[in-house]
Amino acid sequence: MLIELRDVRKVFHQGKPNEFVAVQGVNLWIEACRATVIKGPSGSGKTTLLSLVGCMTRPTSGRIEILGREVSSLPERFLTGVRRETFGFIFQHFNLVKGITALENVMLPAYPSGENHAALKRRALDLLDHFAVAAKAQSKVEKLSGGEAQRVTIARALINDPFVIVADEPTAHLDTRLAQEFMETMARLKEQRKTILIASHDPIVCDSPIVDRVVLIRDGRVEGEAR
Amino acid sequence: MAKGFDRQKNILDFTLSSLLRRKWKNLALASVYTLVVFLLASVMFFSYAIKREASILLANAPEITVQRLLAGRHSPVPLAYLDRIKDIAGVQAIRGRLWGYYFDPVVGANYTLVVPESGAPENGTIRVGAGVARARSLLAGDMIEFKTAAGDILELEAREFFSADSELVSSDLVLLSADDFLAISGGAADMVTDIAVGVRNPRELATVAEKIAARLPDTRVILREEILRTYDAVFNWRGGLLVIILAGAMLAFIILAWEKASGLGPEERREIGILKAIGWETSDVLLMKFWEGMAVSLSSFFFGLLLAYIHVFTAGSGLFAPVLKGWSVLLPEFRLVPYIDAAQVAALFFLTVVPYSVATIIPAWRASIVDPDSVMR
Repeated sequence: MLIELRDVRKVFHQGKPNEFVAVQGVNLWIEACRATVIKGPSGSGKTTLLSLVGCMTRPTSGRIEILGREVSSLPERFLTGVRRETFGFIFQHFNLVKGITALENVMLPAYPSGENHAALKRRALDLLDHFAVAAKAQSKVEKLSGGEAQRVTIARALINDPFVIVADEPTAHLDTRLAQEFMETMARLKEQRKTILIASHDPIVCDSPIVDRVVLIRDGRVEGEAR
Repeated sequence: MAKGFDRQKNILDFTLSSLLRRKWKNLALASVYTLVVFLLASVMFFSYAIKREASILLANAPEITVQRLLAGRHSPVPLAYLDRIKDIAGVQAIRGRLWGYYFDPVVGANYTLVVPESGAPENGTIRVGAGVARARSLLAGDMIEFKTAAGDILELEAREFFSADSELVSSDLVLLSADDFLAISGGAADMVTDIAVGVRNPRELATVAEKIAARLPDTRVILREEILRTYDAVFNWRGGLLVIILAGAMLAFIILAWEKASGLGPEERREIGILKAIGWETSDVLLMKFWEGMAVSLSSFFFGLLLAYIHVFTAGSGLFAPVLKGWSVLLPEFRLVPYIDAAQVAALFFLTVVPYSVATIIPAWRASIVDPDSVMR
């Protein structure tokens, strides 16, 4: 078992009038080298669940374990280390840093690791080449098309060679062809023994043959599994 | 070790790209920063260099000067006083000096008239400082009219001009013969303006001064060290006055720095969120902000310092000279010898770079502790 969530609860603005329970009592197991989709309507808690799994935020209560190590109570510094080494993130709005090149964006997650700049640049260029956007390496990210930006985002997610690819609504801003292309990329990553975790309600994602498991979520609770 | 270095290098690399992305904002900030450093450093360089110049020149001043006081005012000293000082143990040399001021209504300026100890000009001739020569547009051989104490006109021929090297003290100087001086000032032949005393052993200065004061109770005994201290105080006071005025500029700068450097816009906050989401720690973000602040403040600091150096030591301190140089109409025009006090530069560094860092680091820290999942929502 790669990731395990036990009775995880996440409350925003706790104790305030605008208190909001985003995730309540979730028990979930994510297996290694498999593709899991968390499916649910908008506001069902998919993104919060991904944030919790990806060590971006701590649960209000409950335990999260990654490879048997309890991470939910780790101090920020260690949690960041786990996040950097374990997860590669693909965001709904790409979240590329504007004003700098595609290449620099891909290199960004590895900067704090202290890798030699030249070696890091070579790896980033290889990744861009792998996703057929090497020609855009020196382009500012705001000049990229949606598909190119998506591929740069995937390259960035892979720069630290993570075990798990976490993608939040990755096809929300893509047309059908690009969405299918994205799933093909995920299939190749799965073949490379990456664990894929996607939050989406897009049928192209949920019905994709590469997906091993679809977890249904509504109102912050796991309702069951569709596959 | 190498990893730590590469981490710094990588983050610095990203910081520099970040700075270039917001080049207009950073350029505006750096310009104001440079201006503040330039103004403060100019005042500092100028007042220190001029004080040093004055001390070098005063090194040749007499160790002890004796002035006679009458009703608390400086009055001529009878020549007989020289004999009463001469036999005090430790006194090596003694001479009466003739000097005074003369107001020239033609240019509305005061000249300093001095009868030199040796090599005084012949009667009817003078040697003048560059300031006097400039004010009167003099050429060698030109005549200047002086009004004597008796109300007559005394025409003196300007024979020589002083070189610019000593302009700090010689700008308004007129050297003339004792006879001409007495005619203009109306002084008596058995009187001198003051007495210069040389002492064999510097450690006996205070004792000799005490003995003179005891023997001649109507005199004021001034030590060279006291004059140096006065110069120091005068230039410090003037420099301080300017610095106080500039404190307004400083304050405005701090407000601007706070506004510009610390006022992180939504785009910058979002970026910090992205960096944290993709694996940057709070310390990495702070390191980036630290380098950003250092890049702006250090480059502005050194550029401002360089501009001040050029302004003071090669461009004649055009901005401050009238305030700092003196009270005379005949302002000296001279190039100061470059002299930089490391402690002063360090003080300026802490007065500018540290407030900037403080103004930027806290808001940067506040932004850097943003929850990384903020970019997911």
